[in-house]
Amino acid sequence: MSKAAISILDQSPSPQTGAAPAFSTRNLSISFGGKKVLKEVSIDIAARSVTAIIGPSGCGKSTFLRALNRMHELNPDARMDGEIRLFGDNIYSRDVQPVMVRRRVGMVFQKSNPFPTMSIEENVTVGLRLNGLTNRGTLTERTEQSLRMAALWDEVKDRLRAPAISLSGGQQQRLCIARALAVQPEVLLMDEPASALDPLATAKIEELVVELRKNYTIVIVTHNMQQAARVSDMTAFFYLGELIEYDATKKIFTSPGKKQTEDYVTGQFG
Amino acid sequence: MTASNHNWRQFKNLFMQTLACACGLLVVTPLILVFYHLLREGFTSINWALFTSLPKPVGETGGGMGNAIAGTFILLAQAALVGVPVGVLGGVYLSEYSSNKLNWWIRFAADILNGVPSITWGIVVYALLVVPMHGFSALAGGVVLGMMMIPLVMRTTEEVLQLVPGGYREAAFALGISKWRTIVQIVLRTATKGIVTGVLLALARVAGETAPLLFTALGNRFWAHSLTEPIAAMPLQIFAYAISPYDDWHRQAWAGALVLLLLVLAINIGVRFLTRDRFPGKS
Repeated sequence: MSKAAISILDQSPSPQTGAAPAFSTRNLSISFGGKKVLKEVSIDIAARSVTAIIGPSGCGKSTFLRALNRMHELNPDARMDGEIRLFGDNIYSRDVQPVMVRRRVGMVFQKSNPFPTMSIEENVTVGLRLNGLTNRGTLTERTEQSLRMAALWDEVKDRLRAPAISLSGGQQQRLCIARALAVQPEVLLMDEPASALDPLATAKIEELVVELRKNYTIVIVTHNMQQAARVSDMTAFFYLGELIEYDATKKIFTSPGKKQTEDYVTGQFG
Repeated sequence: MTASNHNWRQFKNLFMQTLACACGLLVVTPLILVFYHLLREGFTSINWALFTSLPKPVGETGGGMGNAIAGTFILLAQAALVGVPVGVLGGVYLSEYSSNKLNWWIRFAADILNGVPSITWGIVVYALLVVPMHGFSALAGGVVLGMMMIPLVMRTTEEVLQLVPGGYREAAFALGISKWRTIVQIVLRTATKGIVTGVLLALARVAGETAPLLFTALGNRFWAHSLTEPIAAMPLQIFAYAISPYDDWHRQAWAGALVLLLLVLAINIGVRFLTRDRFPGKS
């Protein structure tokens, strides 16, 4: 394992802050097999804030999110132009490996996906263990810390050895958040994290996002406009692969600057 | 609709149902017949000596096929050593790495190899190992069975890996886990049951192979002491006894066939046991 990886694992759970924005993209374009799905997106995402990405299906919002931790590269047809900086570091420079980017930028998916062969505890620590951390004490400590951050500790502390898939859907999703937090990423990306959950479980996830905001930078893609309004500080509206408008959430939902944004947030289309 | 029309339809329905049912029973019949016949002919000859003793010379009664039973297990162990690593890694490559033309060709080749007559495999290994080594050997027998396992294991591995939801791979990659670790610790672990099933079924399939062993392991009337010597195997011993003119050997052939069938059956039941759903309704 490289030195850089170890330094990330040993880092205290205080994400980097400072002058540089968490993400800064310039003229970011992405195409899949010649089809352009993201066009010239330039955006600065502030640290320690929640940024919501909204827009109708197929507008490129998930692609944008996945470009932020180079997950879109799993599709071999993907092509990317432009630049993305993470706290000032160019994450697409030649000497940066996707694996290193993903250790700094965690991700939670639409469908909860705890590993079915592992217990609750093993799921939380899997990112640490498979990146070479073996100290039992640290692992135990991180398990509790991460589960507490994901507001799941009290519900599972007595059955950490139980299979992860024995949890309910909402609990599974919070477990996935704990799993992402355990490797102490600097940023957390969430791709419609509550769209498969019932209203109560959704409310818990939203509370969690607001809570995590104190220490983390969160970028959340959502189909649910009320959710964006409830949890985010800034909102970016994407349409047909373009960034149409990016502003304070309050402004986007009360007095948007563009007609397309207004039509979308008021439910005229999408 | 007239009444006679209705009756005619009912008759057709009943007729087709009966036909389908009969064909279904026809599939089970050979198994029942074989099993019944083997039990009747072979059961009385099954005794302790069958599993522990060497064959007796012609004319002497008694003796067993302990060397053949041990030989079959030695051959299967070697086959697994050859077939499992290559088959599983090949399946991993097909499922997790390659997505181009090469992939198509490998899959195509594996499917063709699955259909190659087993005697052809025997001749291939005869030329590759037996001739250069100047003799028949247990090693050549193990290799030929292992080579026959490769395409079987490879295709089943690929299939069960494809059944692992992509979300697990994505989750692992998003945690900064490298691809190889993801495959070993997440994907293969999730698919372990399926892979073990594929391996066991492949073993069961080659356990009864006779033709390729005629050119490689050859058979041996004594215990084998080295992998470079010819070795006995149950299918070979059954073959040799069955075509002999002696009643005592015929009885032992029946008993051996019964033991071989029970072995294959045990493997299949083991597979069922392994693949049963531990958390019904959840996965």
